[in-house]
Amino acid sequence: MTIQATDAVLLDMHERMVRIRIFEEEAGKLMENGKVPGALHLYVGQEAVASGVMVHLNDDDHITSTHRGHGHVVAKGGAFKEMYAELYGKADGYCKGRGGSMHICNMEIGMLGANGIVGGGIPIAMGAAFAKKYRKTQEVAVSFFGDGASNEGSFHEAANMAALYKLPLILVCENNGFGEYTRQDAHQAIVDVADRAAGYGMPGVVVDGMDAIAVYEAAGEAVARARKGEGPTLLECKTYRYYDHVGVRGMGLSYRTDEEVEHWKQRDPITMLESRLVEQGILTKRKITNIHKRIREDAKQAIEFAEKSPLPDPSELLDDVYYVQA
Amino acid sequence: MAEAQLDTAQAERKLAYVNAITEGVREVLLEQPDAFVAGEDVAGAGSVFGYYQGLLEQFGPERVIDTPISEKGIMGLGIGAAATGCRPIIDLMFMDFLGECMDEVANQMAKMRYMFGGHAKLPVTVLTMSGAGMSLAAQHSQSLEAWLTHLPGLKVVAPATPYDAKGLIISACRDDNPVFVILNKLSLALEGPVPEGAYEVPIGKANVIREGTNLTIIAFSRMVHEALQAADQLKEHGIDAEVIDLRSLQPLDTDTIVASVKKTHRAMIVHEAVRFGGFGGELAAQIQELAFDYLDAPIGRVGAPFSPVPYSPSLEQSYMPNAKRIVAETRRLIGI
Ligand SMILES: Cc1ncc(C[n+]2csc(CCOP(=O)(O)OP(=O)(O)O)c2C)c(N)n1
Repeated sequence: MTIQATDAVLLDMHERMVRIRIFEEEAGKLMENGKVPGALHLYVGQEAVASGVMVHLNDDDHITSTHRGHGHVVAKGGAFKEMYAELYGKADGYCKGRGGSMHICNMEIGMLGANGIVGGGIPIAMGAAFAKKYRKTQEVAVSFFGDGASNEGSFHEAANMAALYKLPLILVCENNGFGEYTRQDAHQAIVDVADRAAGYGMPGVVVDGMDAIAVYEAAGEAVARARKGEGPTLLECKTYRYYDHVGVRGMGLSYRTDEEVEHWKQRDPITMLESRLVEQGILTKRKITNIHKRIREDAKQAIEFAEKSPLPDPSELLDDVYYVQA
Repeated sequence: MAEAQLDTAQAERKLAYVNAITEGVREVLLEQPDAFVAGEDVAGAGSVFGYYQGLLEQFGPERVIDTPISEKGIMGLGIGAAATGCRPIIDLMFMDFLGECMDEVANQMAKMRYMFGGHAKLPVTVLTMSGAGMSLAAQHSQSLEAWLTHLPGLKVVAPATPYDAKGLIISACRDDNPVFVILNKLSLALEGPVPEGAYEVPIGKANVIREGTNLTIIAFSRMVHEALQAADQLKEHGIDAEVIDLRSLQPLDTDTIVASVKKTHRAMIVHEAVRFGGFGGELAAQIQELAFDYLDAPIGRVGAPFSPVPYSPSLEQSYMPNAKRIVAETRRLIGI
């Protein structure tokens, strides 16, 4: 049974995707201009994955993310202001400036954090899924991770346990073809990460990660299965990151060609969805332009907010190391 | 070649810490046919820190090997290959990723020779990156040397200078024991004299990097440079500080430390790691055991506060130990 995307869902996905794209474009500029410290791993190109999955989720469904986590936060409903403030390391950021890009989170919307440890989020999502089953809820947990992360022991142990305990977990592998600067065929001997599902006794599904509707349909089935208590799914989305591993131009290493990047951009997830929306008469080109403008304006205002937000006071350095027992 | 024998012209050649690492590894690959480098993005990318650049071109993909992101696997590869005739150089991109492979390190690598009654030899070297200061936050900034120095069977070195980086890497790779070489990311651009060719910096030998009379500052890795600055600043307070760069944490050169403290009568220990439970506690204990009667002041320790490494520059700056803190702590201890 395929789950058909309604007009409202298509619009919702589109909004989320454009929000991610614009958030990341602006974040990339901030990093290149030295406005934010640290290392940003940007999500541009992969927007269909986060959005196509996240439209199925509620705030009480939990996700875990990766070092490339901004897109997941935005798609889950994160606010630009608190997000940019976090990238700036400011007191108004989601993590009060303590976590930054690689640890950005928002527990109120079920976002259990980006993660600096490759594969680090996968067992945690499994644990969240365990709690959901234990508490007899209908909620699900989703873990996003890369092709590179599927080589970590954490992936294999969590997958096995999720299948064994029939947990409401969706393992979303965003196969963008690279782990850092290493091409997939140089880091694993398989083409489809989804093949690994068989080894653990769960369905493995491959989907075009540039096609938001395809992601939406496949994720819908996996989420429905999980909500019905039928256990986990490994959903592999074939996608691509347009920017370098870190930042926009990154280290300038020649590990892929400009032609390859251009080739993928021909199937840009946002452009493809927008063509569809126009064809189906759901949006006009003019309306699309206005959506982009509105969101760009949101981003600009949020960046101003972040600029003005104070730096955390050094006297707060030791706060939150422990929960202070009442 | 001993340091004293270096010819001055050679010693004048300046190299950055990052390039000194490359040279050290290159010398080892040239002299040891059974040595190879394995780790994440070490070949095509030449490491994310750039210190293997050029080695793939020179030695080929059989000897400079990109691995999957599988730290437990990589560490196991190093142990198994070392136990059966190779001399692996394993790259653990960030020291924080020890968490991913600690069983291989703690329960296998460190103990195999002992458990096997001496029937195994593990000539494996692990290069890994430590340190804060780049807003890389809690999982990419730690100094976890104390995790390693607590494990009998491992040797642990932490070069502060380009000279020592190259020399310690060569010594580590010639050693038939597992050796961790802890590098420091804020030091990568630091320049200093580095001779051409292969030379060793002996493992287990500290370096008195500045002589002084009435305080011994004991440091390692990047904190050596903060200690040197502190020593300069302490002059105006009447303190003539000796600075010891430990270079090697395990084995530890207690002779050099004790001789210095017996001369100066005061000791200040500095490391970037969290102070509580850090390596400095061991140093303080050794000093009071071996030189108690010579001490004129309590032994001081400067280290990071008891918190994960924060992201925000404002927090990270106040988190990291520096010359100013060393000076302030010294003055507080001595009461000047
Ligand atoms: C345990 C661990 N090992 C290595 C790294 C360094 N690292 C950060 S991102 C990355 C590549 C991850 O690749 P993938 O999982 O495919 O995600 P992508 O970057 O493509 O989104 C690596 C090796 C890390 N952060 N954590």
